[in-house]
Amino acid sequence: MSLSGERRIQEHPILPEVARKQVTIYYDGQAISAYEGEPIAAALMSAGLRSFRRTVKKGEPRGIFCAIGRCTDCMMIVNGKPNIRTCVTPVEDGMRVSRQLGYGKAEEAK
Amino acid sequence: MRKIETDIAIIGAGSAGLCAAIQAAAAGAGVVVFDENQLPGGQLFKQIHKFFGSREHQAGVRGFEIGQQLLEDVKKSGAKVMLDSVVYGLFAENSLGVIAEDKYHYEVKAKKIILAAGAKENYMAFPGSTLPGVMGAGAAQTMINVNRVLPGKRIVMLGSGNVGLIVSYQLLQAGAQVAAVVEAAPTIGGYGVHAGKIRRAGVPILTSHTIKEVYGKEEVEGVVLAQLDEKWQMIPGTEQDIQADTLCLAVGLNPMTELAWMAGCQFTHIPALGGHVPLHDHNMETTKPGIYVAGDITGVEEASSAMEEGKLAGIAAAAALGCLSQEEAAAKKQEVLRRLDMLRTGLFGEKRKAAKEQQMADMAGWQALTAEKGGVK
Repeated sequence: MSLSGERRIQEHPILPEVARKQVTIYYDGQAISAYEGEPIAAALMSAGLRSFRRTVKKGEPRGIFCAIGRCTDCMMIVNGKPNIRTCVTPVEDGMRVSRQLGYGKAEEAK
Repeated sequence: MRKIETDIAIIGAGSAGLCAAIQAAAAGAGVVVFDENQLPGGQLFKQIHKFFGSREHQAGVRGFEIGQQLLEDVKKSGAKVMLDSVVYGLFAENSLGVIAEDKYHYEVKAKKIILAAGAKENYMAFPGSTLPGVMGAGAAQTMINVNRVLPGKRIVMLGSGNVGLIVSYQLLQAGAQVAAVVEAAPTIGGYGVHAGKIRRAGVPILTSHTIKEVYGKEEVEGVVLAQLDEKWQMIPGTEQDIQADTLCLAVGLNPMTELAWMAGCQFTHIPALGGHVPLHDHNMETTKPGIYVAGDITGVEEASSAMEEGKLAGIAAAAALGCLSQEEAAAKKQEVLRRLDMLRTGLFGEKRKAAKEQQMADMAGWQALTAEKGGVK
């Protein structure tokens, strides 16, 4: 799996180009190039990552469903804090993101 | 706990909420708008297609351009917009509980409240529907048009209403493949002009078809379709397996009415409007005096009508506070109502108009009943 941002839309017939600041976030330790302020979920999706957490009882995979912060299917552990809605939480440089298992467990901030 | 006191508090900085704010602030009312998102504009910024209607409905202008104009207008109006601010409760005496930036707790007292919370997408269950890669059509639209990221490479769209058709075309514009648009009804749901665009691009629209299942280990790998008979039952042997990594659900929306329920507003159930909607009168005022509604919370329509309803609520609330004379308010409201009426014409508009009239009749029924019992308690 490539973490190179292969799903970024480079050219668009209608939308103008926007200047955005490039930063790096870390998904389970792997560096992903992201734009500051975009939702974490968008940065992960740009690298082809779509399975964000596993459910409590059956361990089934879940990913983005609503993308507006309502359904909570996209919750992950961000900078050690579980249950963060990645579809509405903006990227900051150096963020650590990991897949959440069940209810998630808070990690010590590193 | 921090405290805010204002004339009018508006919940939701989308099409309806911003238009309400502009009207009320222009009339001289103190206005604070709350929105849980980081950015204002609601869903306007993901709408990159040109709007319909006449010139005064901004027909021919793209949704995100209308959004930019609204933001400028609200800035000039003097209304205050608080972002990253979740309104978690609506309590007695028009008091709101707000958590801002995940850490500041506010108690907001407002003389009038306008609820413009919008709507959320419907879900549909079938085997595999929880797999990553199954998402709302609106979610895919946010990904491509706001975040500029493709949610998948090859997509199946369920639902041929305007959302399904428009998002399918926008997915093509963004560089994705759309394998098919699937529609359970025997005819296409949305406007012919939108359907024509995707048909000309070579995308099949399969009517009388549904999703039998979605399969994949960790994510969506394929979608199995089946044809439906006239009783909406799957016909055995008609299954077709379509390779796709994403399934978008465009199966309607429902109003986000939580705060109106919490306030004790009376409701009616109208399927054509997306489900339960708070009863309201011609001023957009609910059965709770001083609480108004506007936009998709009053029944799912479109941004153009949400903007007009927002203006109506803003004018009515400002007039109730004495910021506008009765004559001024009446003239302004009449203008808005005329434009709203124009939006609700034609084959598609007539259905919404009938549903809205049903709502008004239900409200009148409630008012008559309450009057019999001696007024609003």
